[in-house]
Amino acid sequence: MNEIKFQEKIDSERKIEPKDWMPEDYRKHLIRQISQHAHSEIIGMQPEGNWISRAPSLRAKMILLAKVQDEAGHGLYLYSACETLGVSRQELIQQLHDGKAKYSSIFNYPTLSWADMGAIGWLVDGAAIVNQVSLQRTSYGPYSRGMIKICKEESFHQRQGYEIMAEMASGTPEQKEMAQDALNRFWWPSIMMFGPQDGDSPRTGNAMKWKIKRQTNDELRQSFIDKTVHQAEIIGLTIPDPDLKWNEERGHYDFGKMDWDEFWDVVNGKGPCNKQRLDHHKKAHIDGKWVRDAAKAYSEKQKDLVIN
Amino acid sequence: MSENTNVWEVFIQSKNGLAHKHVGNVHASDKEMALQNARDLYTRRNEGSCIWVVKSEYIVSSESEDGEAFFDPSNDKMYRHPTFYNMPKGAKHI
Repeated sequence: MNEIKFQEKIDSERKIEPKDWMPEDYRKHLIRQISQHAHSEIIGMQPEGNWISRAPSLRAKMILLAKVQDEAGHGLYLYSACETLGVSRQELIQQLHDGKAKYSSIFNYPTLSWADMGAIGWLVDGAAIVNQVSLQRTSYGPYSRGMIKICKEESFHQRQGYEIMAEMASGTPEQKEMAQDALNRFWWPSIMMFGPQDGDSPRTGNAMKWKIKRQTNDELRQSFIDKTVHQAEIIGLTIPDPDLKWNEERGHYDFGKMDWDEFWDVVNGKGPCNKQRLDHHKKAHIDGKWVRDAAKAYSEKQKDLVIN
Repeated sequence: MSENTNVWEVFIQSKNGLAHKHVGNVHASDKEMALQNARDLYTRRNEGSCIWVVKSEYIVSSESEDGEAFFDPSNDKMYRHPTFYNMPKGAKHI
């Protein structure tokens, strides 16, 4: 009965709010998806944070700082949305530290040159935006509102990355080579950010039925590729896929085979930076303990003052 | 900030004279920290002229399931709207 009413609500495009009845699997799916999204924003600060102290100009440094600060904010918006489902921040962090919760695999790759800041903004944020624009219409109210806010703020992230790429691609031969190298390394992991192909994505069915996701992994991936090919062309860079070709009939670009073995290796902990990323997060969390304790002690003291 | 903190709901007034609007929540152990955290998280682009924070536990919400009982009674009272009334032809400024 509840389930039927719930599905009717979904089908008529009404949002589900925290106190509404929802199937347990809907709640679980959302907690997994939103927390994974939140963890990705937070872990995603690390590869870019790596370049803050080495940004090539004051302008670039200010932009990068603002962007990394935004990622922190986006992570917090998402933790907030996730907590409305009845899970605590502490549990979410614990799941990340225990390896039970994942984050986007792309952040397990190192950032080797300044051009990587360009590639991340242009491709990684570009892919994230395609996904997030679609998720603005997700059926869970707090997640949807979070996505709307994030998309609004995200608009500069991709542009700053593309600006870096365009500048380097029109610079010295060495700079252009760095830009091309960054594109070569980040292209495939970026298009794999959308997740397994629809045939290999067991959870897609429910997620679509419940309108948690509004488009499938393959649809989103295709839309990202179609947008990006021309952007690469006009700055004179080559997407590292010999099979990439416009298909008149489909009205889309065809593209080559993705290496899913590598993808799953990285997801399962064998990427170049998995350990480093998680260790850093744990260390930051432990290092911050005294701040939490001090805040707690202060609030206890205030309570006593009021009583007396 | 999780072991010992409370959740606070955040309301931002975007411009003097406008209503405060709910934007999300923050964790904090006391009210000053709640305000600080809300400022840091929700006004990075100069969104606000005033912030309210309220401990989440003090928010009482109606539930969607109760929507009918709560809000239906006003549906059939169209006479509360000026468009309900027939005005004589040619009547102006009323």
